[in-house]
Amino acid sequence: MIYELKNRLKKDVFAKISLTIIIIYFLIAGLAQFGLIAKNFDKIDYNKSYSPPSAEHPLGTDYLGRDVLQRVLHGSRIAISVGIVSSLIAIPIGVFFGAIAGYFGGKIDEIIVWFYSTLDSIPGLLLILAMSLVFGRGLYAVYLALGLTTWVSLCRLIRSEFIKHREREYVLSAKALGAGPFRQIFVHILPNVFHIVIINFSLRFVYSIQAEVILSYLGLGAQDLPSWGIMINDAKVELARGVWWQLAGATGAMFLLVLALNIFGDFLRDSLDPKLHTLT
Amino acid sequence: MLNYILRRILYAIPTIFGVALITFILFNVVGGNPVYQMLGRHATPEQIKEFEHEYGFDRPLPLQFLFFLKQIITFDFGRSYATKQKISKMIIDGLGPSLSLAVPAFLIGVIVALVISLVCAYYRNTIIDRITVILSVLGMSISILAYIIFGQYVLAYKLGLFPVSGYRHGFGSIKYLILPMIIWIINSLGSDVRFFRTVILDEINQDYVRTAYAKGLTARQVLFKHVLKNAMIPIITALVLVVPYLYTGSLLLENFFGIPGLGNITVTAIANSDFPVVKAMTFIGALIYVIFNTLADIFYALVDPRVKLK
Repeated sequence: MIYELKNRLKKDVFAKISLTIIIIYFLIAGLAQFGLIAKNFDKIDYNKSYSPPSAEHPLGTDYLGRDVLQRVLHGSRIAISVGIVSSLIAIPIGVFFGAIAGYFGGKIDEIIVWFYSTLDSIPGLLLILAMSLVFGRGLYAVYLALGLTTWVSLCRLIRSEFIKHREREYVLSAKALGAGPFRQIFVHILPNVFHIVIINFSLRFVYSIQAEVILSYLGLGAQDLPSWGIMINDAKVELARGVWWQLAGATGAMFLLVLALNIFGDFLRDSLDPKLHTLT
Repeated sequence: MLNYILRRILYAIPTIFGVALITFILFNVVGGNPVYQMLGRHATPEQIKEFEHEYGFDRPLPLQFLFFLKQIITFDFGRSYATKQKISKMIIDGLGPSLSLAVPAFLIGVIVALVISLVCAYYRNTIIDRITVILSVLGMSISILAYIIFGQYVLAYKLGLFPVSGYRHGFGSIKYLILPMIIWIINSLGSDVRFFRTVILDEINQDYVRTAYAKGLTARQVLFKHVLKNAMIPIITALVLVVPYLYTGSLLLENFFGIPGLGNITVTAIANSDFPVVKAMTFIGALIYVIFNTLADIFYALVDPRVKLK
């Protein structure tokens, strides 16, 4: 699987550029996390409030004289942390419930399907808003709300794959050799359906980033941190004064990351999902 | 058939019960008693008691849940913390503005996207198709916040083509709704075109298309008479599931443009931690979704004889 991916990646220029951009964002996020770059993102300097872009401040400064470029870099740390942490919550839930529902069938399947179709009936953004409201405002609430709501689509896909795989010969032979249900699920079937997890990961990453920006914009997400949503919220009133750099920085950074993830996600789906090969 | 429809309707009941249970757990158990949030930290014991009694927080949880079920059946969700208005009245008042933005924007958006994706399918694998796909991906990657702020600032504020924000009831609302509608359509265009195009191209690879060509039909006839008809099945099914989202309109569009619809009510309620309003909006959103999901399944069974009626 990985070998084939590498081969296809060599031929696809767009996917290669996108992957590079994604890696750069992750590096920036990691370096900002450990305070190696953009250390002074919170340094206030009233004398420099709203300075336009210059050599010292490539993206200008905001109303408190804070450097916008450093804040944009820190914003990517928040966006990426939301993508990663919410995935760490959602993917295990989705895989586990999807696997046992698809493998065992019967009553267990009915209960799990009932539960996720119920959860899925609540319009996504409303549920995420409601959850982050009751968990209390802040980044942790965003992690939890996104993690606990976005596992359903993955769970569905995994379940239907497990239904197909559980009767395949390789599983039956593992069973004949004495493998228990959990060994069959996690050691034998799961590696064969894992590409779905990877495709889903790239899609949900985009969704998490967009949701985090909207939540922070509405005042539910990160508090007192330079999230892109908060920067956009600050920037919309500055626009009338001709201060465009904060808006440009935050939306531009978000656009580039989401675009790269979209293109790379398409590449992953086209390469890993054999059903869709005919469709390009 | 009738049997199938009845069974499908009965099947919706446990889902609606589940939604009520999840909403209840979220707001009454996890969210808990918001008395301090509402009254501040210096509330007197009497005030707290009165508040708890008014909103039923002094009763045991099972009774609170039964009370919520009663609220659902009678469509009476109590009063808002912040404005003390009746929530059912707020919802009825907000429905008009929301729908007058959402319904035309949705319909026009779908038609525009469908036309573009048919053109794409007609010219598939040419430069026109490629450019459209690239533009769709670019459009999908721009945040709706960017569209809104740019539209409001440049088109309304700088160029004065539209009012910056506001709303009038009745036909006077049209001039306030045009810009939000344009933004809605542009924002949804990218993903719609991509989805419709994929569905249409999927149909083009089917055997019946080859047969149609073989009997001498032109590409245009095949595309519009045969492919479009079959492609409409997945497209309409997907669109029916989007309809429930229309009821909140767009949270952000309504908020930016000062349209007093349900989306705006929700955003305000979130800002005020107005739990009962958010709770009612969440439940009703889910209820509409379940109804439309049931309708979509029934529609599917009616138009596609391949659907198994078991």
